[in-house]
Amino acid sequence: MLWNGRDVTREDVRKRDAAMVYQQFVNYPSFTVYDNIASPLRVQKQLDRGAIDQRVREVAARMHIEPLLSRLPAELSGGQQQRLAIARAMAKGAGLVLLDEPLANLDYKLREELRSELRGYFGGDERAVVYATAEPREALELGGHCAVLHEGKLLQHGLVSEVYATPSSEQVARIVTDPELNVFDVTVMEDRVQVTQDPAITFPRSVGLPLGPARFGVRAHDLSPEPLGPGATALRVQVTLEELSGSETLVRARSEGGLEWTAQWQGTHRAELGETLSLYIDPSRVLVFDRAGSALRGG
Amino acid sequence: MARLELRDIAHSYQRNADYAVKPVDLVWEDGGAYALLGPSGCGKTTLLGILSGLLQPSRGRVLIDGRDVTALSPRDRNIAQVFQFPVLYDSMSVFDNLAFPLRNRGLGKREVDTRVREVAELLELTAELPLRASGLSGELKQKISLGRGLVRKDVSAILLDEPLTVVDPHLKWQLRRKLVQIHHDLRVTLIYVTHDQTEALTLADQVVVMNAGEVLQRGTPEALFERPEHLFVGHFIGSPGMNTVPCTLSDDAVLIAGQRVCARPSGELSGELHVGVRPEFLTLHQDASRGVPVRVLKHRALGGSALFDVALGPHTLLVKTGPRQRFDVGAECYLEFSEGRTHVYRDGRIVNGAV
Repeated sequence: MLWNGRDVTREDVRKRDAAMVYQQFVNYPSFTVYDNIASPLRVQKQLDRGAIDQRVREVAARMHIEPLLSRLPAELSGGQQQRLAIARAMAKGAGLVLLDEPLANLDYKLREELRSELRGYFGGDERAVVYATAEPREALELGGHCAVLHEGKLLQHGLVSEVYATPSSEQVARIVTDPELNVFDVTVMEDRVQVTQDPAITFPRSVGLPLGPARFGVRAHDLSPEPLGPGATALRVQVTLEELSGSETLVRARSEGGLEWTAQWQGTHRAELGETLSLYIDPSRVLVFDRAGSALRGG
Repeated sequence: MARLELRDIAHSYQRNADYAVKPVDLVWEDGGAYALLGPSGCGKTTLLGILSGLLQPSRGRVLIDGRDVTALSPRDRNIAQVFQFPVLYDSMSVFDNLAFPLRNRGLGKREVDTRVREVAELLELTAELPLRASGLSGELKQKISLGRGLVRKDVSAILLDEPLTVVDPHLKWQLRRKLVQIHHDLRVTLIYVTHDQTEALTLADQVVVMNAGEVLQRGTPEALFERPEHLFVGHFIGSPGMNTVPCTLSDDAVLIAGQRVCARPSGELSGELHVGVRPEFLTLHQDASRGVPVRVLKHRALGGSALFDVALGPHTLLVKTGPRQRFDVGAECYLEFSEGRTHVYRDGRIVNGAV
């Protein structure tokens, strides 16, 4: 492992100029918020009191905890405690900040709030931030580059937006998609593409797609209740569950051949259990893989 | 099954202390699916305890089909309960666990057998019937707890207190599906307590939203989304929540930073005024023919949708758009407020007659 060209593989963690934030909210319980943030700077002994004070206030302001500087961690909400842990990591001025699912232990409203602020915390300076998460939504909101890992293997690396738009394999597509990707076997024929388990569902054959077996992936938000353009593929499904998350509706449904589908729509829609619906897929939104899972074409 | 009614119910845990549940009247119709939704500590579990009979309210009455049951124990109220953690006899088989509430009531062997098999079939537990409960997964155990709630045909209602807490996140929706199906098929009165909006809105026809001991709104999931009656409801339901922006009034309009955003609600309005509008009900335009001038501060692509932070005077609003709409950060554009979905709030509560 090289650090600015220097081999640090055997170097002690304390010498590596890195700061860490964990899933659990790790703070010094007997220190005030102010002293928690100041502690790594005091240990470093590089700044005088005035400079430390300035740095503490600057970081606290960025993390929205400035009014809480005289409190103890136990007097903070979960979200504030995690902001404090991030603030301490930032204050240190380390060249590398590592965060391990820092929002996993927060309830959903706080997670939503902190998630939307993430980019603001880390943007605009020289340091590198590595953020580990199982939530595609967090990776997308943070932006920048992402590396997709699965079973210890690096599957794809690139700009988050590009990895999302053109995943290199079915596995990558599944990892970066939430709710889960609709994936199914198809047979590419001369004049059309037929869904294996449900031959009534067909897609136009797109240019250059090799004949024979393949797999299609369709994201839940690309299964719309109305055709969004000419040439949309229609499928008839029976609703097995409709889930409302407040501002979005998730429809779980089954097509005649027994394939399970998940569609996601904005707003609250009412679909009755057992109701038959038509769903539409714009063929240009389909992710195409070979049967081994390698991407043939991005959506 | 029965109709449950809370009349002027209130509760405080200590004499002269603040109410954990503030005075409220609520009716739960026979066969309905209800959710009690709110953050932890909002009083929803207290209210559930009052309904079930585990807790005596400091004030008010509980009625089942018009009969006053306030002084009755849970057993005499005939209410079944499913808790956060599975409550089972580990040493018994799944069959005996399901049969227990029936045998307890003195039902005959054949009747018990028929009913247990019916419920097992419904919950897809038939294969597990002969197994001992102790070795099963948390999800299966919770399914059996649910079965114990369903097995008696004569219960007034089934109360569920965060029953999916122990279930693996990836399996939760399957149990939600089972619950919705059961309600659809059996039309049992279900009262479901949760802090999770997806669970509440998915399972319930009517949702009761609570915060700080107070019932803020009861309504369908659509109503909570389209017309939150309280700023808290707008914030708590939906992700992201509703925009809340201070406003002023002119003779005929509601103004934000001096710009007209909707028509003025009728009547005299004093107190702290806010406009509440969900990110979904705001639209960005390139041209000035619709909307008020705003500047784009931030853009976040989220796959299926996109979020824009825009500045209107000193205020920031969040706008949700389709995934492919493009506005550059720093760009000047125009923000349209959806008619009928832009509401005015006075001291946190919705003002009727808002456009």
